Amino acid sequence: MFYELYLVYQFIIKFFKEVFLPPYEGKEIMRQCYQVGYRSLALISLTGFITGIVFTKQSRPSLAEFGATSWLPSLVGIALLRTLAPLLTALISAGKVGSSIGAELGSMKVTEQIDAMEVSATNPFKFLVVSRVLATTITIPILTFYTALVGLLGSFVNVAMFEETSFSGFISSSLESITFLDIIASTIKAILFGFTIGMVGCYQGFNSSKGTEGVGKAANSSVVIGMFLVFIEEVLATQITFLFRT
Amino acid sequence: MQKNNRIEHPEERERVITIRDLNKSFGDYHVLKGVNLDLYDRENLVVLGKSGTGKSVLIKIISGLLKQDSGTVEVLGKEISLLNERDLQELRIHIGFSFQNSALYDSMTVRENLEFPLVRNRKKLTKKEKDYAVESVLDAVSLGQTINQMPSELSGGQRKRIGIARTLILQPKIMLYDEPTAGLDPITCLEINGLINEVQERYHTSSIIITHDLTCAKQTGDRITMLLDGQFNKVGTFEEVFNTEDERVKSFYEYNFIE
Ligand SMILES: Nc1ncnc2c1ncn2[C@@H]1O[C@H](COP(=O)(O)OP(=O)(O)OP(=O)(O)O)[C@@H](O)[C@H]1O
Ligand SMILES: [Mg+2]
Repeated sequence: MFYELYLVYQFIIKFFKEVFLPPYEGKEIMRQCYQVGYRSLALISLTGFITGIVFTKQSRPSLAEFGATSWLPSLVGIALLRTLAPLLTALISAGKVGSSIGAELGSMKVTEQIDAMEVSATNPFKFLVVSRVLATTITIPILTFYTALVGLLGSFVNVAMFEETSFSGFISSSLESITFLDIIASTIKAILFGFTIGMVGCYQGFNSSKGTEGVGKAANSSVVIGMFLVFIEEVLATQITFLFRT
Repeated sequence: MQKNNRIEHPEERERVITIRDLNKSFGDYHVLKGVNLDLYDRENLVVLGKSGTGKSVLIKIISGLLKQDSGTVEVLGKEISLLNERDLQELRIHIGFSFQNSALYDSMTVRENLEFPLVRNRKKLTKKEKDYAVESVLDAVSLGQTINQMPSELSGGQRKRIGIARTLILQPKIMLYDEPTAGLDPITCLEINGLINEVQERYHTSSIIITHDLTCAKQTGDRITMLLDGQFNKVGTFEEVFNTEDERVKSFYEYNFIE
């Protein structure tokens, strides 16, 4: 257990060592970013949109009790940006992207493709791990804001069914109570989530055990551990931003 | 059946690999127990041995994929365990490693597989030079028609050949073949054996060929040796190695023909 933690620690240290050293794998990073976005875009759009609708619908009665339905846009805006969008995006990416990184690297490990890279004088850690972790770290924050946007769209659809409102009016009132701190906090959180998901998938895949069941295990634990860590980080991040707010 | 133009006295040539007193254990299991081995310039050295005796471990140590516990492994005049990351990469360009299961990158086409070592290590090549290099190694393994296929579309024998082609593209001085004929039908085996000899002549490589296939050993080996209980027995011709009273060698020989 402690030895495992030590190995994880070493893996992370190695990442930070390699990421700054040339040669930079620009092309591979771009390719991976595209993969990450491509894999999760459809599911994220759907989930974000539905969450927007449902959350608005559910919140309406409680706000109506206080005659405060006009707060709805800003409530939704805050909830989406602070928590829902980062968390949804991270969980979906952990499922779609984390598992496929785990499975892909796992099968490359098992079939000696990683060894083959190493002996053809390519640093497989850099080519495979660094590029994937950077890709998730860059792409997941972008996807997070995209999710927030799609969520707002869903929310607008619901609001428009009940009230006379223009889209621009809705957007501006939902963004009204969002502070700079919210945006910074969410961005940092999303970066952390992205890093975590990429790291977990790569670590599991890179250290997958021999045999085909090793690949399945790598994919599976990438998702489970990835989601678990995302939740823990979410709790910690909420505590920390709370300190900043007060 | 014997190899044509077998090299008679490779010992008189320059040494390209020198292994002395090499030890390697995994946990309690002592796999290599004080191994000594020499590989001479442009010879084919066949390493025989039962499954699990540490043949793959040996060549993985030679290529720096595994680290030895003790002993020295000198490749092209450099001690492997003392090299830093960059020097090791430099040296690896001269070592071709053909994997037991080919280890083709299955997300890439044959062309991309072959180009990969070039793109990574010879950044200045033009597209034309790369194409030429790819075509010439494909020609060497006579698989020109597969250039745009994915590895999953190839047969086992074809995968082996493409794997060998991929290691040839950097024109290595040393070739390490891990079970080149394992899992192939007898005719394809003969083709692969022929290819190994062709590579030796065309690319002037010094090779270690790991196998438990005696036909392969006979047809490709200039010298032959056998890994038994973590050490090499006599190194010599096929007859010299098998003309022995050692029960372990005899049973290996007989088992091969029962199969
Ligand atoms: N990375 C490793 N970790 C732990 N044990 C290993 C490792 N690599 C090899 N071994 C052990 O070392 C022994 C020798 O393995 P090796 O792969 O060299 O056998 P081999 O002679 O190539 O056999 P085969 O003909 O089946 O390929 C095996 O018992 C294996 O369990
Ligand atoms: Mg082996």
